[in-house]
Amino acid sequence: MMSALKFAKALPASTFARSAAQRAYSAAATGEVLKKTVLYDYHVENGGKMVPFAGWSMPVQYSNLGVGASHNWTRNNASVFDVSHMLATRITGKDRVKFYESITVADIENLPVGSSTLSVFTNENGGIIDDTIICKHQDSLYVVSNAGCADKDLAHIRAHLKAFQNKGGDVDLKIIDDHQLIAIQGPKAAAVIEELVGKSLQDFPFMDGRFMTIKGIECHVARSGYTGEDGFEISVPNSDAVEFTKMLIADPRVELAGLGARDSLRLEAGLCLYGNDLDETITPVEAGLTWTIGKRRRAEGGFLGAEKIQDQLKNGVTRRRIGLVVQGAPAREGAPIYANGELVGKVTSGCPSPSTKKNVAMGYVKNGVHKSGTELEVEVRGRKQKAVVTKMPFVPAGYHKV
Amino acid sequence: MKLPADLQYTESHEWVRLEIDGTVTIGITDHAQEALGDIVYLELPTEGTKIAAGKSLAVIESVKAASDIYAPISGEVLEINEKLADEPGAVNADPYAAWLLKLKPSEQAELASLMSAEAYRQAIGG
Repeated sequence: MMSALKFAKALPASTFARSAAQRAYSAAATGEVLKKTVLYDYHVENGGKMVPFAGWSMPVQYSNLGVGASHNWTRNNASVFDVSHMLATRITGKDRVKFYESITVADIENLPVGSSTLSVFTNENGGIIDDTIICKHQDSLYVVSNAGCADKDLAHIRAHLKAFQNKGGDVDLKIIDDHQLIAIQGPKAAAVIEELVGKSLQDFPFMDGRFMTIKGIECHVARSGYTGEDGFEISVPNSDAVEFTKMLIADPRVELAGLGARDSLRLEAGLCLYGNDLDETITPVEAGLTWTIGKRRRAEGGFLGAEKIQDQLKNGVTRRRIGLVVQGAPAREGAPIYANGELVGKVTSGCPSPSTKKNVAMGYVKNGVHKSGTELEVEVRGRKQKAVVTKMPFVPAGYHKV
Repeated sequence: MKLPADLQYTESHEWVRLEIDGTVTIGITDHAQEALGDIVYLELPTEGTKIAAGKSLAVIESVKAASDIYAPISGEVLEINEKLADEPGAVNADPYAAWLLKLKPSEQAELASLMSAEAYRQAIGG
């Protein structure tokens, strides 16, 4: 009998599977058991094809929809993604803002209560340890970061937390492991949630977070996501997670979606995947995430690697993240990028885009050949193909505007 | 899962049909197209290419993956299915009609090493 593994070997893993599962495969190789979310059995029962991802067994797709069909369903309707593998933490203590500003580039001080921001944890060289969403509440910060970075994030944060506490700082970090995180994404997501809560969410801005009761279940609802669409990431008590998901799926506008669609959706939306498009050698300035560094933070610094980042802001960078539309075969992670025959960078993520029917990619190139419209070449299986630097997102964002 | 009985199969999910003139036609199985998902691009070899059994013969791209198609037997590429350039999705729609290429075998004996439909069915756990 051929095992699933044999099949995986016969049909080599995609760029996505390689990059996404690198840590997971290495974990599997050392005999580490993959972690399961509370929804694991529910995924399997609903035809979820489970794959190792960042140390977790997660659905890459479901039997009723292919990746392309699932992608298109999300762009036109709404899809539910289990994102419970991500690291969710709650930060309390009166010095929480000061502490988080010492390890991220966010201007949390000036962030309105109830609002959130994309940010990055930086290292001493200004490189990105992880990207994260920080939501500011009256009495706490709610912070979500990548599953694949959970261990190193926690080690990093705890080391700095200890030093901060030793200097008398009042701050405490708790991992939220009694809740699951369930995302509903797509242009019809709001209508689905509105029906469940029985009121309009028109006044709920994108990137805000609220504590809400949905059909009797106490949830934290963040209007955010990783698809370029309107949507919500809903933190639900473990004991209610399966029932809650069933309630969402009972709506005919909603289908389950896995990691496969999530990757092509986020790439079309121009959103970075940590490990591919961001890593510890890349600064937020190079990554085109300068907008995440608040004006005050740029001037004052006071975060790890601030000197390097402030220098880049003043004097420029040598490489930049760009979007590309590639002719011919799809360019994937690792494909070299050329300008007039000279090697100028490489692709960090790429796939055929189901929405635009073009091959889209993002990558890093030398400063100077990064401007929109610049004609470059990308090498795929030994052949150079035309590629044009293209402004991201590749599809218009559907984020809710109040 | 369709597995025509008049075809032979490989462990790496290609199908092979021996024609009356001694040439072979090659495609991918229903199982393979289903696992790959929506096929958006095919890279086929040029006519006249000589290939050894087990070597990469073509590449199929879906949204999630670039996957190699291996030569089931050694031979020379006689013809490629040029229709697939405009309509790669035909492989998903009917993987046994949407052949990839025709090969002139150089080692007839290699055909004996391929699997029957029943052996392949068992191999994929069907």
